[in-house]
Amino acid sequence: MASYFDHAATTPMSKAAIEALNQQIGQLGNASSLHTQGRSVRKAVEEARESIARIAGASPSEIVFTGSGTEANNLAIKGFYWKRLGEDSARNVIIISAFEHHAILDPVEWLEEHEGAHVIQIPVTRDGIVDLEALRDIVDHNRAKIAVIAVMHSNNEIGTIQPIKEVVEIAGDIPVHTDAVQSFGKVEFNFDQLGVTSATLSAHKIGGPLGVAALILQRGIDVTPILHGGGQERDIRSGTLNAPAIVSFAAAAQDAELHRVQRYAELRTMRRYLIDAIRAVLPDIWVNGDIEPSLPGIANITFPGTESDGLLLLLDAEGIASSTGSACSAGVPRPSHVLLAMGLSERDARSSLRFSIGASNTRSEIDHLASVIESVVDRARAALARQ
Amino acid sequence: MKVIAAMSGGVDSAVAAARAVDAGHEVIGVHLALSSNPQKYRSGARGCCTIEDSHDARRAADVIGIPFYIWDMAEEFHEGVVENFLSEYAAGRTPNPCLRCNEKIKFAAVLDRARALGFDAVVTGHYAQMRETDLGRTMHRAEDPLKDQSYVLAVLNKTQLDGAIFPLGDTHKEEVRKEAKRRGLYVANKPDSHDICFVPSGNNASWLHDRLGTETGPIVDEDGTKLGEHQGAYTYTIGQRKGLNLTVPAEGGVPRYVLKIEPVTNTVVVGVKESLAVSGIVGEKAIWCGPAPEPATQYRGFSQIRAHGQPLACTYSTDGESITVALDEPLFGLATGQGLVIYDGDRVVGSATISATL
Ligand SMILES: Cc1ncc(COP(=O)(O)O)c(C=O)c1O
Repeated sequence: MASYFDHAATTPMSKAAIEALNQQIGQLGNASSLHTQGRSVRKAVEEARESIARIAGASPSEIVFTGSGTEANNLAIKGFYWKRLGEDSARNVIIISAFEHHAILDPVEWLEEHEGAHVIQIPVTRDGIVDLEALRDIVDHNRAKIAVIAVMHSNNEIGTIQPIKEVVEIAGDIPVHTDAVQSFGKVEFNFDQLGVTSATLSAHKIGGPLGVAALILQRGIDVTPILHGGGQERDIRSGTLNAPAIVSFAAAAQDAELHRVQRYAELRTMRRYLIDAIRAVLPDIWVNGDIEPSLPGIANITFPGTESDGLLLLLDAEGIASSTGSACSAGVPRPSHVLLAMGLSERDARSSLRFSIGASNTRSEIDHLASVIESVVDRARAALARQ
Repeated sequence: MKVIAAMSGGVDSAVAAARAVDAGHEVIGVHLALSSNPQKYRSGARGCCTIEDSHDARRAADVIGIPFYIWDMAEEFHEGVVENFLSEYAAGRTPNPCLRCNEKIKFAAVLDRARALGFDAVVTGHYAQMRETDLGRTMHRAEDPLKDQSYVLAVLNKTQLDGAIFPLGDTHKEEVRKEAKRRGLYVANKPDSHDICFVPSGNNASWLHDRLGTETGPIVDEDGTKLGEHQGAYTYTIGQRKGLNLTVPAEGGVPRYVLKIEPVTNTVVVGVKESLAVSGIVGEKAIWCGPAPEPATQYRGFSQIRAHGQPLACTYSTDGESITVALDEPLFGLATGQGLVIYDGDRVVGSATISATL
């Protein structure tokens, strides 16, 4: 039996999204062309834009389509940094939470190494929430020098939802970017109401296709572009629009939104079922970031005395897919920076595995996991003990 | 059996893994990440620790159709192999890091982990043969004399060898390349790795120099007369003749060789070739690859002291802990720290670390 518990990495495309993709991929035309075919594709793209905007609580002109969530995050971080530094050479400070996704962490680190940025990380609590008092302090001390603040809307490894409204309040007139890749379509997300300056969405996390995403950027706000060459998207992002993927993204967003509340409840129940099933055989496990509000399907579990890549290998052999967090470019597993930021020891961070549940999972898949987890953990413990 | 195939990203380990599948084993491919920063020990096209190698290994596993994972052995490798390499040199000895890596990483850390996780053995692309003989399961030289790696595997004890599978021992390298091509493995033409994987330039002396620093000291003759200066005794090896930069010319132009390296006084001793002659070798920490020889018994056999060195006819005996060798013919230029491997014909008897010469 194959049990896929890695929906936070990517999740199956919804039927609606596949249909939309199939339909649009046969259509001729470049959305930038002025003739009939071009206009026809443009129309499909603009309808998709409007639909995504409506679901995300933004206006259509605020949606900038990109080739990935990673690209959208890069555009926001580097774009704000260069734009605001250009306006005032004192503004070289970037503030991010300590447990951002690598699609934020890495561009920020790159700016620090190559572009003179000064980075300050906001600590996170043991529960996995950014420390607002610390943020207030950091902002008070650096206000005039801050280029941008980035705090993710929800954390991809542990699922906790962040107090973005409060972050925006503290930031005042400093731009706030939020990586909402994991939240959009799964929990309530409204760009306008949050008051952030920009946000990232990605299609493949909500049943859309891979390789299409969006940066929502407040009207009237400009960032320095990274890609030049045609200016298709508000002159902020260039490249021929991937119309089939965009149309499919919109279909996935509609489907996700339509079922969001019901799915949230279902996934939350399934997640609890999974945790209880594992705990029944392994009482010494614990769940990281087990608080409300959270993404419905993520369970990040520490199995003390194990090495998570050993667990992953053994579970994979049983047909069970899980995740150890991030790996470096060569594929070497690393202890999760998210768990380390929350104050776990390196040892415990290396003993943790993420299960992320999606709409396709069944109770019998979880029962299957529960039936093998004890022997898997026993072997992983033996492996670590021998080192 | 359930086996782990250690896949370096090279052609040998890829074919070895494929053969293990053909033999009916349940195979999982594992690439060992030996550096926490993959660029650290990078060596351009080759080396055992590059991103390209891990991709090549992954691709080979895909083609063979086996699961693939990367195991982080960076800490074990750094402590067990790289640091040992440095400290051995600093102590005036000449270590073989590949020996050490097999002993401490591939067939210790990896095999231990594999066994604990429920696997029976580790498959590698080493060229050596395991055979069932009257003496039990024993290790023998590879069919391809140019590729034979039994020397660097002689640090494995019986328990480790019982968990080792070397599917390439009966095949010539050229055949392995052809087979890789037939199997659609695009690493078929990847160049062989040479040198020491963590020394990117292949230039040991300068790599050691960067890490151990410069420490000027005297080069003296056997009477202690100073003949020149060196920048660090560790950059010399016993038997070395070239690059001594002696300022005092030799009497009658007789070539001079490094005879001794004295790390404590940072002195390099040179002298005539005759002074290098060694007729006996003592090795410590004996390891037996098969049945242990009876103590205090004289055996006839062969000694080998370098990975691709000649087997030297000898008589050897052991007290269980150490091995003492009497060579039939004297040998010139032997450094302590090197591995002494004893053969009985093509069978590997065991090994020891050279601690003294006689
Ligand atoms: C929080 C978060 N941000 C960004 C990304 C990257 O998005 P994409 O895969 O579209 O580049 C991911 C997905 O891995 C994510 O989970």
